[in-house]
This record gives sequence, C-alpha cells and structure tokens, in this order.
Amino acid sequence: MDIITELKKSNLRGRSGSGYLTGLKWEMVKGAKALKKYIICNASEGEPLVYKDYYILKNHLKEVLSGIEVALNTFKKSQAYIYFKPDYYKEFRRKIPKNIIVFKKEKEYIAGEETSAIQAIEGNKPEPRVKPPFPTEKGLYGMPTLINNVETFYYVFKIFQKKYNQERFYSIQGDIKNKGVFELKDNLSIQDILKKTNNWPNFDFFVQAGGGASGEILLSSELKKSISGIGSLIVYNTKKTDPYLLMEKWADFFINNNCDKCVPCREGLFRIYEIIKEKDLKNPVLKDLFLVLEKTSLCALGRFSVKPFSSLIKKWDKLKFPSIIKK
Amino acid sequence: MGQIKISINNKEVKAKKGETILEVALRNNVDIPNLCYHADVEPSASCRLCLVKVNDGLLTACNTKVKPGMKIITHYRELEKMRKINLELIFAQHIEECHDCVWLDNCKLLKLAQKYGLKKDRFKDRKKNFPIYKFGNSLIFDSSKCIDCKNCIEVCKQQGVSYLKVRKNGHMFSVEPDKKRNCIFCGQCILHCPVGAFEAVGEFEDIEKPLLEKKKYIFFQIAPAIRTSLGEAFGFNPGDNVLEKIAASLYRLGADKVFDVSVGADFTTVEEAEELKKRLEKRKNLPLLTSCCPAWVEFIKKYYPEFIPNLTTVKSPHIISGTLIKTYYAKENKIDPKNIIVVSIMPCVSKKHEIGIKKLKINGLKPVDYVLTTRELIRLIKRKKIDFKKIKPRKLDNPFSNSSGAGIIFGQTGGVAEAALRTIFNKKIKIKFKHLEPGIKEAKINGLKIAVAYGTKKAIKILEKSNNYDFVEVMACEGGCVGGGGQPLPSNKKIIKNRAKGILKIDRNKKIRLAHLNPVIKKYSQNKHLFHTKFT
Repeated sequence: MDIITELKKSNLRGRSGSGYLTGLKWEMVKGAKALKKYIICNASEGEPLVYKDYYILKNHLKEVLSGIEVALNTFKKSQAYIYFKPDYYKEFRRKIPKNIIVFKKEKEYIAGEETSAIQAIEGNKPEPRVKPPFPTEKGLYGMPTLINNVETFYYVFKIFQKKYNQERFYSIQGDIKNKGVFELKDNLSIQDILKKTNNWPNFDFFVQAGGGASGEILLSSELKKSISGIGSLIVYNTKKTDPYLLMEKWADFFINNNCDKCVPCREGLFRIYEIIKEKDLKNPVLKDLFLVLEKTSLCALGRFSVKPFSSLIKKWDKLKFPSIIKK
Repeated sequence: MGQIKISINNKEVKAKKGETILEVALRNNVDIPNLCYHADVEPSASCRLCLVKVNDGLLTACNTKVKPGMKIITHYRELEKMRKINLELIFAQHIEECHDCVWLDNCKLLKLAQKYGLKKDRFKDRKKNFPIYKFGNSLIFDSSKCIDCKNCIEVCKQQGVSYLKVRKNGHMFSVEPDKKRNCIFCGQCILHCPVGAFEAVGEFEDIEKPLLEKKKYIFFQIAPAIRTSLGEAFGFNPGDNVLEKIAASLYRLGADKVFDVSVGADFTTVEEAEELKKRLEKRKNLPLLTSCCPAWVEFIKKYYPEFIPNLTTVKSPHIISGTLIKTYYAKENKIDPKNIIVVSIMPCVSKKHEIGIKKLKINGLKPVDYVLTTRELIRLIKRKKIDFKKIKPRKLDNPFSNSSGAGIIFGQTGGVAEAALRTIFNKKIKIKFKHLEPGIKEAKINGLKIAVAYGTKKAIKILEKSNNYDFVEVMACEGGCVGGGGQPLPSNKKIIKNRAKGILKIDRNKKIRLAHLNPVIKKYSQNKHLFHTKFT
C-alpha cells in the first residue's frame, strides 16, 4: 500500500492548527533528496484548556506510535523524535520504544511552533525560523523533516489500517457539565458537537472555537460552522463572564509564552496587554496593533493572536457587555 | 554566471544567485527601510521593517534570497502604514539619548522616525528603568536603549565569548551580561548594535576631560588605524589618509605636541623580533603570541590562561611611545613627566582598559593618561566646530613623527607579523599565505611557521594546533584594528577592507619600510626593560 496516496485520498489535514494537507507534507519529505531524514511527533500542545493530545497519548499511545512507525517505514534512513511538553514527557517517556528519541521541551516557552521545536531539539533558544525554507526541505539539522502532531499520527495509522472515518478529536471545556475530549466527525457543526456531547447550554453563552487562547469568539447564533485549528471549544456563560478579565487572561498567556523575537509580537502584545489592563478598548492604537500582529508577525503565534480580541470586541454589543468607555 | 532577473517595483533588475532581496535593492538604490540588518551578521528578521511584497506574500528582504522571476513591491500604502506602526513600537522600547549617541549623525532609527513622521507619545517608554551595565573600564551597555534585535549576542558568540545572553525577566526576555562569563572588551557589540545601546566608557561625556588639564603639557598620539577611518565622518572615503588633518585638528583643540603611535609600533616590532629569535633558540614558550591587542590578551587570560607564557612580553605600541614620552622625551625637553598628559587616539575600546593596568606604570606614572576612540575624537572635532574638510594639514612632531612602513601596517590584520618578519629577515618580504578560512591564514617562511587570525573565536582553532606554529598574530576585531570597536559607524567588512587598503598604500609609499631602520629606534633603545611587561 502506498501510504502517501492513501493520505492524499483521505484529505487528512494536520491537527496542530495549521490544517496543512498531511499527504502533501509527506510527499514533499519523501521527494526531498537527502542522506538522512527526520520525523518529529509534536506533543507539546500549549494553549490553555486544550488537552486533546494528552487524551490521545493516554488512551491511544499505541496507535500514535504505530503512526510514527508508518513514517519511519516510508522515509528511508529516518530518525524519529517525540517532542514532549514537560509533564507529558514525565508521564509517557518510559512507554516510548528505544528507536524513537524523546525530547523534553523547555518549560517557559511556548515553543510548540514547528520550527521552534526544531530549534529546541538542536539545542538553540526555541525561536521560530524564517520560512521558507520549510522543514520539509530543510528542517532538523538541515535535513528534510516531517513534523506532525500527535493526533495526526494517530489518524495516519487509522488510514494505514483503512479504518479512518473522517473523524477528529474535540476538546470541550468551559461553563458546561460534560467536559472532555470527544472523537466525532470532522465536519460537524459546533452546534451539533455541543448537542451530541450533551453540552448545549440552557443559558446565554458564547464560545471560543479553534484554540484555547487564539480561538475566535462566536455567538450562540453563529454555531452552524465546523471547527478548524486544534479542535478546541470553550463555552462561556455570558452573564458570568467578565470580558476584560477574559482578554487579560489571553494577553497574559501570549506575553508569557511568545518568544519575544519579532517586534509586532513582542511589543504589540505587550501594548495590547497594557491597553486591556486599562480597559481602554476605544484606543485607536488597538486596531493598529491588530494590523501589524496579523500581517507582519514572524510566526503563526503572533498572527493568530489577534482573532480572540478582535472578534470579542466586534461582538461586544451583541453580547450586551457594559459599554466600552472612551478614556 | 549565476545571474537572474527579478523585478523590483515593476522595474527589471539583475541579481546574483544567493543574494538577498535587500542586497539587490540597496545595490540598485531602492530604499527598503531596515534597522536590525547588519551586513556581517546572520539576519534575525526581527524588526520587520524590511517586509516587502514578494509575488503575493510579505517577506523580509534581509533574509529572503532572490529567485528568478520574483516580483517585488517595496512600497505601498498599507505596507508603509505597518512599517510606521512597527517603528513606533520599536521607538517606544528605546530610550533616546540622541545628543550622546555613538551613531552621531548616522542613526537609522532617528532617520526613519523622521521620514515616517512618527508620533512619539502613543506609548509610554517600556524600558524606562532598565539597568545600565559597565564592563570593566571599556564598555557601557545601556539596556534601556536596546531594541532586542540580539545582534550583540550573535557577535559576542562569534567572538567565542558569549558574555551577552537573554534572560527572562517577568514575562519578557531581555539582553544582559552573563555573570559566569567575562567580557574581553573588544567592543564588537558597539559596531553591531543598530541603536547605540553599547558605547565606550566616557563616550561622549568625558571627551573634553584631557583638554581641561590645566598647566600641563598635552601630548596626543595617533594610532595607525585611525588615519584611514576618521575622515569617514567628514565626507572622506574609507581608506583616505587624513593623518595630518587629524594632527592639525588636535593642535586646534589645544595639543602641545602630536605624535604617531606607529613609531611606538616600530619599537614593538624590533623588540618582538628579538624575543622571537630568543625563544626560537631556546625552543621555549612557542608559538610566540602577539599581545598588542588587549582584547586578545583578555581572551587568553580569561579563557585560555595556559597560553599566558606564550604571549610576547613586549608592550603595545602606544604604551611604549607613552613610556618613552614620559622618560626620554621629558628628560631631553626638561619637562617634569608629572606635568605631561598623554592622550592616545585609538580605534579601540579595550585600550581604555589597558591604560589602567598597574604593571605598565613607569616611575609611578601611567604611560598613557587617556584613550579617546576614533568616534570620540570625531565628536570633539564636531563639537568644537573645526572644519575638518578644509583644515590645512600639519606635520606631526619629532621625535615620534615618522615611522617605518612596518609601523603603519600594525593597523590591519597580519601587519604585526609582517613587520616582525621584515626585521627578522632584514628585508621587505612577500609572504605567501595559505587561507584556511576567512580570518585565518598561515605561512611558512624560511622554516618559520606563522599564523595570522582575527576574531578571537577563530584564534581558538590556531591555539588548538599551536604546536604547528612558531609565531601567531591575533587581533580581536574584523580585519584587525581598522575594524576596531572604537571606529566610526557604520562599520562593516566592506568599509573595513577599504580602510585596510589605505593602510597598505601608506606603507608602500614609505621610504623606510623596516622598523629597525627607523633612526629613532637606536636613539631610545638602551633601556630594554622599558619595553617589556609581564602577564599573569
């Protein structure tokens, strides 16, 4: 069986947030000419309130390792790594076979972004590299590198076994009763996901979909679409939520976990944090900061950090939050 | 070969394979704003100002290599707007001190701020109370000016020193010195910082101090590498010899005498050649390592102390000439040496550290009282409104006015070694070097095995196989003293190369090119102990 053809047929997209077609990625690594190739399983999920990779490692480690094995067999002379965040490292490292190198991510850094992971494994400060070149041509130690998420490897194995049913994992958290990680069809609407998991609230609510900090804010009337990104869904009880506090939490997460390399992300997010602390949302500077973050940041962390803020502010009035005062 | 065509702003331009968009643009006079870019450092692409539209996406021009058919747009409204916002963010993390900045009139940040009509009050200064660090008597790092591009960390690493690092303070990383490491005072951080966060000690608040020494004789002496670089600040090209204009300016500033450190270099050469011969005879403490670069000496002392016995005990040129001024010259001219102030104009910040070394004192006096860098003298000339371009050249003063060509080439890499060899073989020799890699070369002349390196990290490679050599010259800075930490900004490999070319031209035009043939040598060489020191 040609796994790359199968991956392409399946339309599987990477489950780390970027949503890149897995088959294409594999094809690029396969096609690259090199004496050595590397495979990295990214197990460093870092966004707040997202535990789906943990769930998969805990419950389906065998399948994930088999997925990595499929990659090892596909790429000649390749070496595999698992890039764990510290607590996952502690829990799972003993369960990993010897032919796979386990690497513990530094604690303070987000470092989950693929080129930062490569930097870290090479012993450098985990800062993103400039792309191109992409890891598929020049990755770990300058060699073609396949870097996929835990969940992606899990589904690679499902595809290998011809047992893939177009599903994905959803991490559902927030002001609901039935919290957890659920494996369901990947095209379900958010509404259906909440209903199927018995989580549809009976109070005014909104959700954050896609990422635990970087996810977009959606009103309860906007839930007919499916989730992209890392499949995270957080439900907020509108009346019980202080929007300033919520934004402060995101901003705090970003400024503590970004790498501080590029100006828009380092300085821009710091200024957003300042503005939110002062509840100065009418400040015209905010829009300028969103613009440079989204368009000029070096890596996806900066570019994706705007969405939660901008979408929450946009929907502020519909959510009937106390009016924003001009300072 | 390797030529490709790309289009910049709808105009077709030729580019070489391997070039970056920024390099091609600059060559074609297309102005792409940039700040953290330095021609000699791997681009970090962190300031984001050089983002340009390439086909349909935005890419940083500093590190994107050209590809055939690339369509590049460097300016349009939204992009300019984003540049302005990022520039504003950079400005808000940089505490300006424009009146006292090493960039003098060449500050890229200020020029960009003016060009983009920056409003400076939208943000509070983020780094208001950030600390100022002092590295020995040589360097100041004002971290409140730092814009986090980390060029300094990169060059410090390139020097094999890694004294600078990032540390997380609260939620942000900032650059600071690593207490477990030691600074060698080379000052490369100054040359690679785009915003003047590093400067020499005293730059520029103390530059008038030497002039305020009342009722004293003020003697200036000019290092070899200054004469082909100082003019850059006044419209001359790198490499133009402005020695006698410098002398004239110094007289205007109140100098009683102006001497040439190159004459001191002739003494260093003769002594060092002799020392090398002696060590070769005894086969002891070989290879002989040069020691006229104090940053190199610091590097050895702090990181490779096992090589201390290999350092030549001969003092560096300006220390020797300072010593001679305060001994022989004072006596001949019936001046109490206590009433002499010697000021060295140096391309270097480690020389500021060197003059504080107690062992170098002569009869209780420092041989050199002040070191001013090239930049500091430029500032002084500008402050005193001296018209450097028009000032009439003036000869330097005897007996330290005329050096051999050997004394001049001390200012660039390989010069000290070549000067010594000229004396050892008593002729102007042509050395056929084998270039091992940029910055490291070796040669074999009449059985004598020598190596020459600049950049302390590169020197490690020579130390690792030190048994292969008899004589090793190392300078800490790119291209030797012409690329020193005290030189005018901007400073990069291309500029440094031209400064060196100027130095070599002066040597070629000298009548006497061998140090020991300089008549002044005989006159003052009786007391050998004046020329030697000890390293511990």
